[in-house]
Amino acid sequence: METILKVENLQVSYGMIKALKGISFEVNKGEIVALIGSNGAGKTTTLHAISGLIPAAGGHIVYKGQDLTKVPGYKIVGMGIAQVPEGRRVFSGMSVLNNLKLGAYTRKDKSEIAETLEYVYKRFPRLKERQNQLAGTLSGGEQQMLAMGRALMSHPDIVLMDEPSMGLSPLLVNEIFDIIQQIHSEGTTVLLVEQNAKKALAIADRAYVLETGKITLSGDAKELLNNDQVRKAYLGE
Amino acid sequence: MNFLNYLISGISLGAVYAIIALGYTMVYGIANMLNFAHGDFIMVGSYIIYVLVSNQGMNPIAALLISIVCCAGIGVLTEKVAYKPLRNAKSRLAVLITAIGVSYFLENGALLIFGSNTKAFPSIVNWSGVTLFGGQVKIQGTTIVTILASVIILVVLQWFVHKTKEGQAMLAVAENYGTATLMGVNVNHTISITFLIGSGLAAIAGALMCSAYPSLTPYTGAMPGIKAFVAAVLGGIGSIPGAMIGGILLGVIENLSKAYISSQLSDAIVFSILIIVLLVKPTGILGKKVQVKV
Repeated sequence: METILKVENLQVSYGMIKALKGISFEVNKGEIVALIGSNGAGKTTTLHAISGLIPAAGGHIVYKGQDLTKVPGYKIVGMGIAQVPEGRRVFSGMSVLNNLKLGAYTRKDKSEIAETLEYVYKRFPRLKERQNQLAGTLSGGEQQMLAMGRALMSHPDIVLMDEPSMGLSPLLVNEIFDIIQQIHSEGTTVLLVEQNAKKALAIADRAYVLETGKITLSGDAKELLNNDQVRKAYLGE
Repeated sequence: MNFLNYLISGISLGAVYAIIALGYTMVYGIANMLNFAHGDFIMVGSYIIYVLVSNQGMNPIAALLISIVCCAGIGVLTEKVAYKPLRNAKSRLAVLITAIGVSYFLENGALLIFGSNTKAFPSIVNWSGVTLFGGQVKIQGTTIVTILASVIILVVLQWFVHKTKEGQAMLAVAENYGTATLMGVNVNHTISITFLIGSGLAAIAGALMCSAYPSLTPYTGAMPGIKAFVAAVLGGIGSIPGAMIGGILLGVIENLSKAYISSQLSDAIVFSILIIVLLVKPTGILGKKVQVKV
């Protein structure tokens, strides 16, 4: 299997606080890999480091053979790594359509962009209905769909998803996880960060457990789902 | 008919405030800072035109273009040297104080080079204007050009922000640096473009203002700068049409208070109106409600 993203001994510090104390993991092409852990474990920090929003204090992030740790953040998405950030972060003062167009900011070919837009609208019909509405007026679930659609607009090889289920009703959570599986089945690799470990492990191929800046467990997602330690700590059993 | 005269010259003065306020509001919206040196770019631009036209005998329009380019360059350079290193500073006061420092630096620099004597600014508008109603209402050429310029600038800016990729990147940066970066927007580049436009506009405002009120000193930009800031807040800081409305309103109120109430009190009246508007609508006339949605 081809490894497209390899994180090696990644360290990140916020001032004196070490948020990541040297974590290593990899994502293979075509996988859904889940990164689970409680609040403050360093999940979001990991994704921010991959997307170049915060500098790495040590270690490497190797994507398709290239080290990303010295690449400025704005160049990452053009290389094929898109992120659906925590809390959706849609551009609330802009229309749904303009949010989606910004997702394709680094792309040049207009007809290809139009094709992707068509695809995103097919995947999220609600977004098409509301394309001229301001993103800030959408419901939480719709905003999550917009954030996902916006990430897909860059035509990524891998999507980093940060807590896509946060703050959504159980029904919507199911819908969002269905969509992640569909996106995955259409050929996009997914690195999924979730507090909802049960849901994440159910759709993932492999998973890593992150605890206070360190990876404490890793393996096949279905096996982790049955692991006693995981069940106690993250599944509330 | 006097009223009409006062009103028109008020709109013209307001148009100058509006052009300055546009720069203020764009820089605030996108770089998230108050550039208190913005008014002094007006003065720098005006001195450049003064030197080129009065000393070198250059064509005023060519001089204006050079002034716009120089001011745009100085604006971008100021941001890179003085503001960018403080962008992530713990206290946002740091960059505010630096901006005040840049303001004094520019004023004192002009004082050193040109002295404190008032220079007679050469008007860039060679048109005496029009007379209406059988001579009762006289509109200066400068007045008409100023109002037209402000309208054209507003239309072009609105088009730029809403219809171009660079403009959309600006709106994204205005909302969130991190998310804009995730889209592939180079935030530093976008902030530079913003300073470029804002400072270039200051040069235009300076040329128009000094053409109407042709006395140039190192402090020429200070008061209009503050008033334009008031205009930007009045209209809703961060909003481009808001800056325009705020600027025009301010100019009209100032001129009418000078004419009918008291020329000494006019500034006090202007600021009182700001306070009243902010008490009623804290975000300004067109200001956005601050939405917090988790």
